[in-house]
Amino acid sequence: MVVTRGFQGRRGGRPGRLPPGQYDIGDDWPVLSAEVTPNVRLDRWSLGVDGLVARPQSWTWDQLQALPRSEYRGDIHCVTTWSKFDTRFGGVSLDVLLDAVEPAPEAAFVVARSVTGYTTNIPLGDLVDGQAWVVWLYDGLPLTGHHGGPVRLLVPHLYFWKSAKWLERLTFLAEDAPGFWEVNGYHDRGDPWLEQRYQGD
Amino acid sequence: MTELSSLRTVDAPHGGWQRVVVREVSRATPGTVVLRVEVEHRVAHMPGQRVVVRLTAADGYQASRSYSIASAPGDDLIELCVERVDDGEVSTHLVDVVQPGDEVELRGPVGGWFVWDGRTPALAIGGGTGVVPLVSMLRHARALGIEDRICLVGAGRTLETLPYAGEIAQGCSVLALSQQVSPTGRPAARLGRDDLLPHLVGREVFFVCGSARFAEAASQLLVDLGVAPARIRIERFGTT
Repeated sequence: MVVTRGFQGRRGGRPGRLPPGQYDIGDDWPVLSAEVTPNVRLDRWSLGVDGLVARPQSWTWDQLQALPRSEYRGDIHCVTTWSKFDTRFGGVSLDVLLDAVEPAPEAAFVVARSVTGYTTNIPLGDLVDGQAWVVWLYDGLPLTGHHGGPVRLLVPHLYFWKSAKWLERLTFLAEDAPGFWEVNGYHDRGDPWLEQRYQGD
Repeated sequence: MTELSSLRTVDAPHGGWQRVVVREVSRATPGTVVLRVEVEHRVAHMPGQRVVVRLTAADGYQASRSYSIASAPGDDLIELCVERVDDGEVSTHLVDVVQPGDEVELRGPVGGWFVWDGRTPALAIGGGTGVVPLVSMLRHARALGIEDRICLVGAGRTLETLPYAGEIAQGCSVLALSQQVSPTGRPAARLGRDDLLPHLVGREVFFVCGSARFAEAASQLLVDLGVAPARIRIERFGTT
């Protein structure tokens, strides 16, 4: 262990809620996207779900609004080491969309794609059984553009780059297909509790 | 819409943590420190990349944050420029406490997106400490004698508060100061389209770095001037 001369550290207050190497950022919510924030026009936007599924389907904004609502209350964790406690997102559980398209037995991975072309890959097992959402509300208000609005993916038990902003498509695959950050050195799964930040972690 | 995936990216080299020695400590501005670090087992970085710095307390508690590299790949040392954030667990230590000879741990370089290949004609726009990864690009170009390939626009309040202002002011790069007349006679004003317009022709890739607010404003300026979003690579600084 290399002890840093004179370093005390802050030590966050909530044991058990902070994954290794993370700190509590409080009320702040940094914006770290790598591209120009797009201006998504909802009248032209839809969410497509395709690939290895029995019934590929797309949902317009209005169709999405008509689905049963679901809420996530809890923490989010960014790979840059901040965590944000007690967030509240509103939208629809991904289970609802999966029930509609019916993934094929061989489907094992999903690539989420943004309108900007940003992609991220996620094991299918991390998206089912109440672990993932498609969201458009934060604290009851419309999700702002720099936080991924109008509609983003939410997979809060993985590092937050997996929760693709400006979501437009989910594609089911048999083999893993590394996305934007994953090609650039970040981990294919990204579990904060296992500190899977970079490829090889 | 834009196609991020169609842009060329590179694999980010990475590795485990290694112990490194801080060799030189100096002030860049009243609120920032320049640390020059000796890295024994060095993986060459590309201009624009960053490293992760980890500090360890006597009881084993650790904290880590990412910092952009300011030095050119050819520099014998890795140079970081760290802004002191009030309440910043790591930055307050790096700015207030670290002395030459101190050891910290370092990992990287990381990031394969916000990198300049040293060839493609580039316009790089940085706000405040957002100039740091762009200074690495500028130094690399100067070391290779290809400074015409990159133009750096550094935005800040004054010469005294913008890191590397003196270095940026040389050559074809531009200082956009909001509270001071620049050395070239530019009146005090926030970064605007007139600062960028003369430098767009022939540029194929655009780098924007700074706070989320600055990055949003600067990238929208570029889009408004007709730059395709797919050519714009952004590094937004979080609060740390």
